[in-house]
Amino acid sequence: MSKNIMIVGVGGQGTLLASKILGRAAMDSGMDVKVSEVHGMSQRGGSVVTYVRVGDEVYSPVIGRGDADVILSFEVLEAARWLPNLKNGGTLVTSTQQINPMPVIIGAAVYPEGLVDDMKALGVDVRAFDAPAIAEEAGSARAANVALIGLAADVLGFDHDVLRNAVAACVPAKALDVNLKAFDTAAALAAEAKG
Amino acid sequence: MKQLLLGNESVARGLWEAGVRFVSSYPGTPSTEITEFAATYPEMYAEWAPNEKVALEAALGAAVGGGRSFCGMKHVGLNVAADPLFVAGPTGVGRGMVIGVADDPGMHSSQNEQDSRHYAIAAKLPMVEPANAAECRDYTKIAYDLSEQFDTPVLLRLTTRVSHSRSPVELGERHEVEILPYEKNPGKHVMMPANAKKRHVVVEEHLRQLEEFAEVTPLNTVEENGGEIGIITAGNCWNYAKETFGKNASYIKLGLLNPLPKKLILDFAAKHPRLIVIEELDPVIENHCKTLGLTVTGKDVLPLCDEYSEELLRSRLLGIEPDFCEVGAAIPGRPPVLCPGCPHRGVFYTLQKLKLRVSGDIGCYTLGAVPPLSAIDSVYCMGASISSLHGTCKVRGEEDKYVAVIGDSTFMHSGLTGLVNVVYNGGNTTTLILDNSITGMTGHQDNPLTGKTLMGTPAPNLSLEAICAALGIPADHIRAVDPNDLAALEQVIREEVAAPCPSVVICRRPCALLKSVKKNPPIQVDADKCVGCKSCMRIGCPCISVTDKKAKIDESMCVGCGLCSQMCRFGAL
Repeated sequence: MSKNIMIVGVGGQGTLLASKILGRAAMDSGMDVKVSEVHGMSQRGGSVVTYVRVGDEVYSPVIGRGDADVILSFEVLEAARWLPNLKNGGTLVTSTQQINPMPVIIGAAVYPEGLVDDMKALGVDVRAFDAPAIAEEAGSARAANVALIGLAADVLGFDHDVLRNAVAACVPAKALDVNLKAFDTAAALAAEAKG
Repeated sequence: MKQLLLGNESVARGLWEAGVRFVSSYPGTPSTEITEFAATYPEMYAEWAPNEKVALEAALGAAVGGGRSFCGMKHVGLNVAADPLFVAGPTGVGRGMVIGVADDPGMHSSQNEQDSRHYAIAAKLPMVEPANAAECRDYTKIAYDLSEQFDTPVLLRLTTRVSHSRSPVELGERHEVEILPYEKNPGKHVMMPANAKKRHVVVEEHLRQLEEFAEVTPLNTVEENGGEIGIITAGNCWNYAKETFGKNASYIKLGLLNPLPKKLILDFAAKHPRLIVIEELDPVIENHCKTLGLTVTGKDVLPLCDEYSEELLRSRLLGIEPDFCEVGAAIPGRPPVLCPGCPHRGVFYTLQKLKLRVSGDIGCYTLGAVPPLSAIDSVYCMGASISSLHGTCKVRGEEDKYVAVIGDSTFMHSGLTGLVNVVYNGGNTTTLILDNSITGMTGHQDNPLTGKTLMGTPAPNLSLEAICAALGIPADHIRAVDPNDLAALEQVIREEVAAPCPSVVICRRPCALLKSVKKNPPIQVDADKCVGCKSCMRIGCPCISVTDKKAKIDESMCVGCGLCSQMCRFGAL
């Protein structure tokens, strides 16, 4: 098995925890893994991307255009920005959350409407869910990152229990129940949507 | 059992296992976490120095003093530390000393893309470069053995993708290294000409020995897969090369970057008529190959700018372009912005409002340069805000049209001497010190003004007011102000730029991301009062938007700093 997974979002949305969970799941599956993170200036509300590569032998820490099996996106505009990295036949799992970037806030640019439909129209396997709402229902909107992982559970290539255990191992103990609930609800929702 | 470690975390592990006792660094992306992780091991003393020069000198003193030492910095930090760097080769060490330097190809968080390998060559120091987290630990340990074997500091070169990638690392145990007995040796450690001449000869002899070592060290590996193509590479570029060519090429992976082997490369070249050199970012290995008389593919097809990738190598070396799809709509950029509640926001709003020209510096507050604040005219390097403005004003006059803006940590790093120059040479510029009580951009490190050390112990709380007074700024022109009180801030800045003497305005409010800072409830919009004038939008706060001619606050982000309320003339916020 080899998987190229990208986690994209806005600095401060909790993408680093998501990559930590996937890295843990890869280690627990006995696979080689590289997780490449963004620190520093971009974290200040900029566009952030984390690469997770899993396989028998992984060299490159980053994923180029047309090379990602799965993109997990915390925000719609970021999903569209990084769509070129998705492999033909890959899966985009995105939160429907929208956060205006500064050029939009100051009126220098427009946040395009209907991006999810545009991406579907390109023939991309897009799975769009309101991740913060799922997390909120489980007890806290802060668990949106774990909800996203749950939504993508069937395409990430890990054994379901390995993934769930990785969530349990990486989230703070006091938020364990909320996060596991968010993961389970999200995984069930995704399975239901898939039919 | 293997653990998934960040490259920098693995370097710290290597330090611990190598028996290092002393670590002194200045934070800088992408190097910062090495020292932060080092501080978590109780057997190692670790500290933040005020700048990289001090850190390197402290580490040299520790190694000469008989304990293994380390200092870490980003590539531009090595410029600051270059003076002791060049003397540490001739003096040699004692116990091992390693200097970790993290380059930033692609400039994820830097002002330039310089290649630190030139320093290894210029300072005549050995340099090693790992390609992944496991090698970060291994090479760190090897670097200490090299340092003691050749009595020289060793440079450990990292790049962003190695420093900030996690991969599996096998952990080992700590090997204690005893402190050497003290030995007075002025011929080796007093660098006056008579002694330095003799030491230069020693350095050259060590380099000659290192050249022989480069031919045989297991740091340099050859992977022979037959075939025409021979790739010579190092560090993270080796990863991209392996992904791109797999078994369809043979490889020399160089782990020792200075000095480079000759025979090893010539023997490899004899077997592979098509040689490709892949390196980030300057043609260091390539030029070495050319001096050996070899014809190689290198910077003729690969770029000198921006970081490399597998995609780039496939395109430039194999002619394979990626297959991808994209949406038709224009995707607006998402540049980094000052955080909600950032105490710097009011400062840049005010400077822009007063139409002052701003000599900026390195830190979070560099973001005052981006729209809509667009308040900064220049940013060069750490500390240059004050010193470069002095030069500008000596030529132009017009001191009342300019201010220098510098953060608290950057001021302690290299702003002090600039301010001394202003006072000494009769300048009358105004300096704004943005004191947010932390080193912000690199992720909240303590500094000499925060009252706490890296290891969490209390430190004397240095006073900016007392420092500026001691440097000769007139006491009544050292003014502290809360930057979130826009009216007070504007008045103080107006008065001080008009003052006929050098002045300092300390804009004091802690970083809004600090856990100790209490958040206020989110600002509420009174829709009846809001006229949709967009005055609140001028501060560039990411929480505020105007839809249907009414301001809207994103309550999930707003920390209730109240800056927007001060912008509203209608009392709607």
